[in-house]
This record gives sequence, C-alpha cells and structure tokens, in this order.
Amino acid sequence: MTTTQQEELSLALTKVLSGNIISLHKHFDEITIVVSSEDSEAAFEILRDHETLCFDTLIDLCGIDYITYGDTSSLAGDPQGKRFAVIYHLMSVALNWRLRVKVFAVDNEFPVVSSVAEIWAAANWFEREAFDLYGIIFTGHPDLRRILTDYGFIGNPFRKDFPLTGNVEMRYDEEQKRVIYQPVSIEPREITPLVIREENYGDSQ
Amino acid sequence: MAEIRNYTMNFGPQHPAAHGVLRLVLELDGEVVRRADPHIGLLHRATEKLAENKTYLQSVPYMDRLDYVSMMVNEHAYVMAIEKLLHVEVPLRAQYIRVMFDEITRILNHLLWIGAHALDVGAMTMFLYAFREREDLMDCYEAVSGARLHAAYYRPGGVYRDLPDTMPQYQSSKIHSEKQTRRRNENREGSLLDFIEDFTNRFPTYVDEYETLLTDNRIWKQRLVDIGVVSPERAKALGFTGPMLRGSGVEWDLRKKQPYEVYDRIDFDIPVGVNGDCYDRYLVRMEEFRQSNRIIKQCVDWLRKNPGPVITDNHKVAPPSRVDMKQNMEEMIHHFKLFSEGFHVPPGEAYVGVEHPKGEFGIYLVSNGANKPYRLKIRAPGFAHLAAMDEMSRGHMIADVVAIIGTQDIVFGEIDR
Repeated sequence: MTTTQQEELSLALTKVLSGNIISLHKHFDEITIVVSSEDSEAAFEILRDHETLCFDTLIDLCGIDYITYGDTSSLAGDPQGKRFAVIYHLMSVALNWRLRVKVFAVDNEFPVVSSVAEIWAAANWFEREAFDLYGIIFTGHPDLRRILTDYGFIGNPFRKDFPLTGNVEMRYDEEQKRVIYQPVSIEPREITPLVIREENYGDSQ
Repeated sequence: MAEIRNYTMNFGPQHPAAHGVLRLVLELDGEVVRRADPHIGLLHRATEKLAENKTYLQSVPYMDRLDYVSMMVNEHAYVMAIEKLLHVEVPLRAQYIRVMFDEITRILNHLLWIGAHALDVGAMTMFLYAFREREDLMDCYEAVSGARLHAAYYRPGGVYRDLPDTMPQYQSSKIHSEKQTRRRNENREGSLLDFIEDFTNRFPTYVDEYETLLTDNRIWKQRLVDIGVVSPERAKALGFTGPMLRGSGVEWDLRKKQPYEVYDRIDFDIPVGVNGDCYDRYLVRMEEFRQSNRIIKQCVDWLRKNPGPVITDNHKVAPPSRVDMKQNMEEMIHHFKLFSEGFHVPPGEAYVGVEHPKGEFGIYLVSNGANKPYRLKIRAPGFAHLAAMDEMSRGHMIADVVAIIGTQDIVFGEIDR
C-alpha cells in the first residue's frame, strides 16, 4: 500500500466508521483499527459494503493469546488486561488496499466474539480454526466444530498455557489390541532460551 | 414403493485422488453430491506453535514443509515478514535471485498440479512428462541449496549463498554408458544460470506438448468444462486468491497489484479466465507456465550482468563470511550470537502476502522483542479454497469431486500446517 493510499484509507475510515473505531494505528504500510466486540458486526458490514472502503475479501482471520506478551505499549491497540483477540486481515480487490482489524474478547475465561461468516463466506473455516486452537466462541457461526485437532481432542493447543508437547500421547497397546491415549512421557525442553533484551542493549552511548 | 434416502459416503483419507490426507464425508443422492464435508487436520503439526518456540532462523526450514511442492515461496513470505519488522534492506541481486527461484518454484508447483490433476482425471502420460521437467528444476534447487526439496535457501536479509558456477554432473554407471552420460551432461557444462537458460529455451515446447495432449482432448474437456463454476463475486467472498480467483475472471495478482521485490521491473502478463470453471483454471495455469518462463529469462539476463552481494552486510541479522569470522573478533561474536541466541526482532506486528503458486500465501508475525516470534499465523491459500469444496461440489457427480480437488491444487502440508 502506498503512502497516499494509506492516507486516503485512514481518512475514509475515520469518516465512515468514526463511531465504531476505538483506535487507529499506522505502522509500516499497514493500518490497524480496533473495534469493540459489541458493535463489530455492524462495523464489518460497513467495511464490506461502503463504496469508499469496499473490503470484498477476508484474507485471514486468526486468534491470538496476549497473556505472556509483556510490555504491550508497542502494540496497535492496548489489550488492557484482555487476553484474547481476533485479528482480521481484510483486502479490497476493487480498490487494492488492505486493513487489519482487531477485536478483543471481553471475558478472558469465556472469550466470545460475533461471527462474520455471514458477511464473508471465507470466515467459516477460519473461525472454526480460531475456535479449535484458542477456544474463542463465535456467536452466530453456522457450524462451530473443531477443525484441525483430532476427534475427541481436549484443550485449546495454541493458548500460551498449553504445553508444546501436549498432554497426551498415542500408542498401540499390544494387550488391548487398540490405539490408546496416555499422559505424555517426554519432558518439555527448551533448546534456545527465550531472551528479551532490556532497552538500549549494547548501546555504546 | 422403495424408500429413497441419501447415502453418506466416506472418501479418503487414503484415497489416491485425495492428494494426501483429505477425508471427505459426502452425502449422496444416487451419484449426485448433496453435501461435502471435508475433514482436515490429519497432517496438523502445529507449525505456528513450534515456531513460537524456536528462534527466527530455526523456523525457516519449517516453511519448506508447509506447502512441500512450492518450498521457496513459503520461505519468501516468512523472510519478508521478518525483514519488514527489522527494516533490513535486501541487496538487489538477492531480490532477483528470489524472484527467479519463486518462478522456478511456480513451474515446479504447476508441474505437479498438472501431473496429479491429469492423473486423477485419467490422463496417465502427463504425470510422467511433468516429472521429467521437475527433475531438471529440482537439480537447480540442489545446485543452489544442496537439497532437492526442503531448500532453506532464503534467509532474512537475502539468500544463503550466491549462484554456483558449476552444475553437478551425472556419473556413468552400469546402467548409463559413458556416451550416454556425456549426452546427459551436455547442458550441465556451464554455470547454474546457463543450465536455467537452457531450460527456459526448452520449456515452451514442453508446454506445447502438454497442451496438445490436453487442451483439445475430448475426455479432458468433458471432465472439466462447466465443473465447479465459481462467479467472481463468490470467489472474492470465499477468499479465493491466485489462479482460483483469476480463473473466475478477476484480474488480480499480487506480483502486479502490490509488487514486492523486483516484480515491478519485470515484464509479464496475468492470464485471466472467463467462465470460472475447472477448464478455465487449467488454461490460466498453463499460461502461467509461459509467463513464469518469461520472468525467469529476464532474471537470468539481469543476474549475468550484475554481480554483487546476495545477503545484507548487517551482521546482526545475517552471518559474516567464514573468512571474516575466523580473523575478526567482532565477527566471531556476531556469528556466535546469531547461531546461539538468534537475532531480536523489534516489537510490533506485520503481515506480508506473496503470490504463491496456489494463491496468496501470507505470514502474520507478532513480535514482543524476543529472539522468537510471539505469534506466527500462516495464511494458507489452500485452506480457503478447500473450505469452498462444499459449495463447489454441490449438485455435481462423485467423479467431479475428484476434478474439483484437482483444480483446487490441494496440498495438505499448508492446509493443516
């Protein structure tokens, strides 16, 4: 997206959606807006249908878990203690621009966001994926089932408190003559430690 | 009167036409599909979660394993997302190399697609022809990275190393005589660029061969024309990208519309379909063969004339040369830090989409300033395409489901991630 396009889009957004946008951020060549979960549905409908915005394609939809993010001041849209968010990447084929929309789920224990499957058909599977991996509930979704994990899987694997090794492992049991699940036998290990450097690290001044 | 009821049939996951591990539950009325419910995730490896627990560089090889028939393009989106967050400039030569290998990868991908698609529909020969050409292109992969499939060649800041001056050659053996081997090695005498140029000269005639076999073939047309029709509006709503969208008549290509790397300096056209059926998508991809060939030719020309660095000289991101590392303390430290702790990416988020052979392949990267990504989301084009399976196959016959799977160019590595 060119700089003029970015200006044009941010102007159009503030004009058309002024009531719905909580905050608008420009970074690199991208624009991120934050929309509250109560009126997200109305906002998305405007985003798709308004002729100056015309976001006809939902490119991507994903969940995110901010629980261990740390210093959130650099983020587009401060979570303010909210753990889960849904991130929409919209694209307009007609006007050739992109937009990122963030919707934070209000309740950390039971995250709920309204579904956009009615607005963009592409959202159907993406929402199922976010539901599967993060446990985010999409109200109004026509068929909210797990999609990527195994039949009968327990837990939401992409949450930050879910171990990388998982909780159960599968093996064939010679006595019972069938495949069984049992608690994992491997220790979780970290090959390269996670390092966040303090500010001005290695600064010679 | 006999009771009429719908049958539910299980298709896959071990069906040769399922292109991997697709399990389809089909609700049938006679032989007509009333509902298709794809069950995916049998190849789910949680790549995104694994990447959160690895340094940025350690995750590059995971990208190859997503869509395992277009390896380098996956890496491309990933390294571009990192470069965007790091504000790293990529040398021009590296950009040309990347574009050239992106297009080689596109041909590789489309070759596998045409082979498998034609095989599903009943044309056995195509598969053998396609693999003959794939062999040459995988040799290019091997020459440049040492691996025929999982290259890990693109690195943040450029590419791993410059193009080699020699091509590996065949050795004579019990099966291949000395004379035969000399003939097979004829186009391998020069550098990699000579070999690629030789390939681009040969390739258009190969595409003509494929077209004589298929384009006007009666059986091929009977199986594809008017199957899986998608209107442009539906295609956009369903999140289609790439040839699937272009087949429906929407002129959309990220290489043209939102050019990255050096695509804006290169001359090529975007083919567009008319009817949005399987046959049009076939024609679009066939034309993409020719266009990719054209792009590779231009890149070879440019790369011959312009030597230069292929990776950034910012040693906080890219490793220093071995010679410097052994002679210079600072470079030694850089090297050690890079391969133990890895580089740190400033906090923030970025989305980068590239024109993958299958559609838009996107990487959404969230960093909190650590040496590992905080969240990595892979937007796989095939995921959105397969989601439309139900809509595309409704009202068609069972045999058409196979044609639709073929036309969607399904690869489970990227769909299940």
